[in-house]
Amino acid sequence: MMRRVVLLLVLLVATTVAAQAIDPLPFKDHAQEVRFQHLTAQLRCLVCQNESLNDSNADLARDLRHEVFDLMQQGKSDQQIKDWMVARYSKFVLYDPPLDAGTALLWFGPLLVLVLGGVALVVQVRRRARAAATEPASAVTESNDSGENW
Amino acid sequence: MIPELGQLALILAMLLALVQGVVPIVGAWRGNNAMMSLARPVAAGQFVFVALAMGILIHAFLTFDFSVGYVAANSNLALPWYYRITAVWGAHEGSMLLWVFILNVWTVALAMFSRQLPEAFAARVLGVMGFIALGFLAFIVFTSNPFLRELPMQPDGADLNPVLQDPGMTFHPPVLYMGYVGFSVAFAFSIAALLGGELEQAWVRWARPWTNVAWAFLSGGIVAGSWWAYAELGWGGWWFWDPVENASFMPWLVGAALVHAQAITEKRGSLRSWTILLSLFAFSLSLLGTFLVRSGVLTSVHAFASDPRRGLYILGFLVVVIGGSLLLYAVRAPKVAGGRAFAIVSRETAILIGNLLLTTAAAMVLLGTLFPLLGDALNLGKVSVGPPYFGFLFNLLMLPVVLLLPFGPYLRWGKGDTGVLKPIALRAGLAAIVCAVVAAFFVDNRLKAIAGVAGAVWVCVGTLLYVIKRWREMPRGRRFPAEMAGMLLAHFGVGIFVAGVMLSESLSVERDVRMEPGKIVQLGSYDFRFDGVRETSGPNWRGDEGVVTIMRDGATVATMHPQKRTYTRGQVQTESAIDAGIFRDIYVALGEPMEAGNHEGAWALRLYQKPFIRWIWLGGLFMMLGGFVAAGERRFRVQKARSEAGTTIAEPAA
Amino acid sequence: MSRLLPFFAFVGLVALFGFGIWWNTKHDLREVPSPLIGRAAPEFRLPVLGDPGRTVSKADLLGKPYLLNVFGSWCFACGEEHPVLMAEGKALGVMLVGYNYKDEPAAAKGWLAEHGNPYDLVIADVEGRTAIDFGVYGAPETFLVDGKGVIRYKRIGPLTPDVIEHELKPALAKIAREAP
Repeated sequence: MMRRVVLLLVLLVATTVAAQAIDPLPFKDHAQEVRFQHLTAQLRCLVCQNESLNDSNADLARDLRHEVFDLMQQGKSDQQIKDWMVARYSKFVLYDPPLDAGTALLWFGPLLVLVLGGVALVVQVRRRARAAATEPASAVTESNDSGENW
Repeated sequence: MIPELGQLALILAMLLALVQGVVPIVGAWRGNNAMMSLARPVAAGQFVFVALAMGILIHAFLTFDFSVGYVAANSNLALPWYYRITAVWGAHEGSMLLWVFILNVWTVALAMFSRQLPEAFAARVLGVMGFIALGFLAFIVFTSNPFLRELPMQPDGADLNPVLQDPGMTFHPPVLYMGYVGFSVAFAFSIAALLGGELEQAWVRWARPWTNVAWAFLSGGIVAGSWWAYAELGWGGWWFWDPVENASFMPWLVGAALVHAQAITEKRGSLRSWTILLSLFAFSLSLLGTFLVRSGVLTSVHAFASDPRRGLYILGFLVVVIGGSLLLYAVRAPKVAGGRAFAIVSRETAILIGNLLLTTAAAMVLLGTLFPLLGDALNLGKVSVGPPYFGFLFNLLMLPVVLLLPFGPYLRWGKGDTGVLKPIALRAGLAAIVCAVVAAFFVDNRLKAIAGVAGAVWVCVGTLLYVIKRWREMPRGRRFPAEMAGMLLAHFGVGIFVAGVMLSESLSVERDVRMEPGKIVQLGSYDFRFDGVRETSGPNWRGDEGVVTIMRDGATVATMHPQKRTYTRGQVQTESAIDAGIFRDIYVALGEPMEAGNHEGAWALRLYQKPFIRWIWLGGLFMMLGGFVAAGERRFRVQKARSEAGTTIAEPAA
Repeated sequence: MSRLLPFFAFVGLVALFGFGIWWNTKHDLREVPSPLIGRAAPEFRLPVLGDPGRTVSKADLLGKPYLLNVFGSWCFACGEEHPVLMAEGKALGVMLVGYNYKDEPAAAKGWLAEHGNPYDLVIADVEGRTAIDFGVYGAPETFLVDGKGVIRYKRIGPLTPDVIEHELKPALAKIAREAP
């Protein structure tokens, strides 16, 4: 029920022709605009299925982009702006998951896989290399099939 | 009446799939020739009925049969005929039918081109394919029937989602599915080998062309999807690490590892278990992807409508197929290491390192994709995992792959010679450094762009050096066996891809601007002049079309027509204008009039210049081509000496 | 033995997916838990709907708990929630403040006139700026703010009799117990 409701909400917002991701703002210079693009690309549009503030047409996305712009004009740093967003919308609003106890598995998991896999690889290669060392070199590189060993 | 025939066809196909999934496998177990020989005709029969169902659904769309709920939900009277056909796979039920149809295409191809396989093995392979088809057909028949009538009949349908009304939609899903579903063949070969206790590596030789072709299709499908998102979604991006994109990328990564592992096992007889396991993983990830996008378990731009009942069904199917195959693997995979030994410096080791990095990358993507779900399950709080995570870790993991790539062809099987590697490293390295230094002048010392140039030159020059070596050393006709040519093409494609990604990401410029008619804005190396907006329309939409003239040094380079369309049901779609080029794309998207309702005044526009972005897809296409070419290797088609009497030499589908 | 590792890893995955399907039936994926629970409500000063000369600030509402219900005449689900508020709002025994979000005052007044006004007070946030400080991302949403101005509970989505009974009332009771 709730999902249908939110979906309808989103549809209502999405078909409103007023809001648009294309939103010229009075930047001081191009560098500031680039910084704005990078920042809003990292912030999530909360009413969208999976879009950043930079890409979303939703009303809320436009409002939040304007907030980011205002905060930039006030001289806030990227981190301060992100903190501002997180204080209101929780860390869900960041596409770059922060590194903390809750996300340790996320950030170190792949490293763990790499290390464990690496160990298995080293074991396997050394076993084969030991076997290879006991064979004559020509036998090791001898081709198995009718082709050449290129 | 006819849609009911479609339903009947699906039920019959399901029953045939049941026979196909059970009887030949039992026959192979029992040595019963009659049961085994049932496999091919039954597979053919199943194909006929599935094709019939497909044809009936297409017919329903072409004839505007809105009494069929699925047709009414995904098309309307104004939809052009070519999009009515693609609407067939535009939503859940139809795309499931497409899945099964393509599974049948692969099965029939297998049935036709497997004469050189021993009877029992072929029976098992076709049996596994039948069993998988059974699962999907049952899913369709019981939970996702595209032929359900919705009465009273609507006078007009809803519409196909405008985002899907694009040429990319015509070929992205079928090509993608050819890949996705095609990994079922390698899967079936592995299961057949495990069931039959086939410990010879001969079966891997038969599996290789099928796997290469599937991987090639998947590469093409992913490229098509990325290009379509770029052209259609209006935000100029080509990859967002969205769960549905990841669902296709994970099998691709594992598939890339698989085609290399298969090379080792086929030629050297070693690492049989690992190759089998990879083939189980590849198809499992395909099935997993199917589950993820239809169960509603994850938030995605691209997900089909979710339904817990469907989710549970697919999950049950996953348990049987994946769980069953992994259990079979645990019990029956070869326990003793077989095949040739190899030294630390050898092609085997290089491939294994590549395998490790590719599978770790797949695991990373899986972890990142599932982490929000994990966070809910373990109460870790609600977290978003997006491009900053995936992109960062992916680049990190692929860096060693890029560094190792040029050495691959130079390392021999069994024992490589480091002496051969040094001159290559020096030459390719020097070329990379020189090009990087030159590039630095053009790109304002942007590190990412320079790194991209260096990496691309390293890979491409290293690969070309090998091409030259082979050209010089071998006589005509024996220089480039298909397998080697495919490998060189694909590796070269990696270099192009790296250049495309790094350069476009680092050098793209984008601006949102307010433009009155006649105003000129400078972006990148071009001047953009806005020449106003006029009204326009299409078969099922009305809209505004802007005219933007692109100039350089006073001369007109292109005239672009970005559109803002409103479709029959009110959906608004931005049709960006793209001026494609080999070295850059110019991209213009039309926003809103700055003053609501005033179409004559200023408009908001988004302007982009994207250098080298086509190289991303060009690289992918090279990889795809490499896969197809490698599959054409004659050795895969020629029978081994120990063959069965009376069987004929045939060619695999390639 | 290590050959069973992939199988067990898969079993873990299945457990996760089973959980996911179950969780999906109970929650909306798009629900974002508020980081403001247990924190002070943001400072605000908003005009009363239809009477722009009068403004209401956070300080004005201190001393007693109140419910802040975010709604708009454009919001379909608010229309579904409305009868519940009309029926059960008064019985809750707390001040019900309507927070008109991104709406046109005339439209909002018309909507309340047509469907009834369950609120003790309605403030209007036409631009939606203050709502961002509250972490509002859609409507309807409801905040329970205690006498000290601390947000104690947030409901994302419409209030239903079920939610009122099992979530809101216990939260209200908790606040009541703390009062001296």
